[in-house]
Amino acid sequence: MRVKPKTNESPAGATQVQLKTSRQLLGRYGEDRACEFLLGLGYQIVERNWRCRIGEIDVVAQDGDRLVFVEVKTRSADGFGHPFESITPVKVARLRQLVAAWCENRQASGVKVRLDAISVLIRAGRVNIEHLKQVC
Amino acid sequence: MPLAKTHAISLLGLNATLIEVEADISSQLPAFILVGLPDASLSEATARVRAAVVNSGLAWPARRVTVNLSPASVPKQGSAFDLAIAMAVLRASGCFQRLDDSFNVFIGELGLDGTVRAVPGILPMVRAVRDLGAPFAMVPADSIAEASLISGIKVIGVKSLKHAVAVLNNSAEGSEFQAPAKTVIPAIPAGLAVDISEVKGQDFAVQALIVAAAGGHHMLMVGSPGAGKTMLAERLPSLLPDLDVESALESAAVASVAGKSVFDGSSSHLDLRPKFEAPHHSASMAAIVGGGLKTPRPGAISLAHNGVLFLDEAPEFQTPVLDALRQPLESGEIRLHRSAGTAVFPARFQLVLAANPCSCGKAFAAQGCQCSAISRARYSQKLSGPLLDRIDMRLVIQPVSALSLQMREETDRNVAVTSGEARLRIDEARKAAKQRLSLTPWDSNSKVSASYLRGKLRPARHVTASVDTALSRGRISMRGYDRCLRLAWTIADLAGHESPSSEDMAFAVALRGNDVPLGGNA
Repeated sequence: MRVKPKTNESPAGATQVQLKTSRQLLGRYGEDRACEFLLGLGYQIVERNWRCRIGEIDVVAQDGDRLVFVEVKTRSADGFGHPFESITPVKVARLRQLVAAWCENRQASGVKVRLDAISVLIRAGRVNIEHLKQVC
Repeated sequence: MPLAKTHAISLLGLNATLIEVEADISSQLPAFILVGLPDASLSEATARVRAAVVNSGLAWPARRVTVNLSPASVPKQGSAFDLAIAMAVLRASGCFQRLDDSFNVFIGELGLDGTVRAVPGILPMVRAVRDLGAPFAMVPADSIAEASLISGIKVIGVKSLKHAVAVLNNSAEGSEFQAPAKTVIPAIPAGLAVDISEVKGQDFAVQALIVAAAGGHHMLMVGSPGAGKTMLAERLPSLLPDLDVESALESAAVASVAGKSVFDGSSSHLDLRPKFEAPHHSASMAAIVGGGLKTPRPGAISLAHNGVLFLDEAPEFQTPVLDALRQPLESGEIRLHRSAGTAVFPARFQLVLAANPCSCGKAFAAQGCQCSAISRARYSQKLSGPLLDRIDMRLVIQPVSALSLQMREETDRNVAVTSGEARLRIDEARKAAKQRLSLTPWDSNSKVSASYLRGKLRPARHVTASVDTALSRGRISMRGYDRCLRLAWTIADLAGHESPSSEDMAFAVALRGNDVPLGGNA
């Protein structure tokens, strides 16, 4: 089952949103780890938790001249399958719409974009991060 | 290694095609895609294989898994590919250290818990694997006895997916289930359920049955209800000698495809007894000659291959069904064309028909027949001329009267022939026929061509006098003449004669019977 991760360390560069449940806390923790991971790859974080009517983009990062939209999935156990398995074709379709919505909102035209997925799996106190590029 | 290959077998009839199962794992969101013309039951393999792998405690790759079944043009159906698909995926995800891309064949259906379940057609599949030269085949543990009937290939029986992985990794867990030693030695059944000696007072019919068994002649029995037609027919298998292993394997392959056991009742020994198929007269065309919607399946004539097909109440069968027998009776095989392709099943059977003489069945009885002439004619037309023409023996079975039974009891109490004794004679007769025909393409009297019969095998003129008379008086046709010659040779073989005597010939004419056996005018 889901356990509450350690959150006493201050999340790096997180925007202050009121977090209520342990699920939200876990998700936020995973996104923080994912951002650290992306920074480690040399990416720049453009924006986090961008919301609109359709949904939310977890992380927008910049890899060279390419904008990378990242869906972060965090799990504290793999009893219900791998985090990636919860990214269904329906969700991928919505992510594509979100990318379009973000670009429209930011007046970004003619940019190169990419949709990535990052899985953050927390098991026995160890954090395991996997990164899939260009998932659709 | 993100790419791996295993092999499976696709069956169409008895024809096997080797299928390459390729698995690719790519860095994409998790998905399981099966391509290469799978049918509905095979598409469901994705669900079974994934659950089986996870529930076996093995890791399922959290990436996109693409499995391709090649050649893609061959239609594939059924669940026999599960094990090969699972193995390909596991190998692509790096589960095995030793397995390489060489010729590895896996056959079996997977349960959700990882159990490897038996599938129909193991025997022809493993035979194909051997003929293709694969080093080994992995089959379900339940089918290991059937697979072991094929010599010249190593078969490994596995109980579960976990077991299969352990075997391939040569771990200790796998070794305890190693394939058992091959036991191909077939056992002769201790006793047959029925015996010809149980038939009372039908000496002529019993003699005829022995001739039919010795020569493999097709036979029609016409008689009133209760005369013992069915009883006689059911005892024909007890007269037939055991099949040789090669023929028995042929029959077993058909049984295997039909999902039936290939073993005799008790043991894991190959069933050497000729099959006896007795379908009810309500049977459809597909049930008799074989059929199926997309994939052809063997029918009764193929299940009776190298055995006996007994059609009781033959005129009650649908006429098209009976006439569909004509072509396989000649060719010894049946070609079934369906959307999935063409299947050829062997169908060399001995046909035994039983019929009433007319619809009231009393044509031979003392009270006389109550049918009108039209009704009789209509009944007699139910067995078509071309079909009857292919039947060597057309017997009239008279009901046993109390008097004849009593006479028999008094005169020869202990003379009744048992099936065992008859089988020895039949064996001798078959050997004699085989010896005589050793330089020809035929192996029994019923198969010899007419020209060879009238040429090389022509008996002396004084011997054929009775048939010549029958021919000249129009009692028998030219084809009937040839049938009589065939029967005469079988009778001679049974009697141990070098060539048919006049008595053998006369008996043959009697066995051949009337060209219009039904209708009560026999």
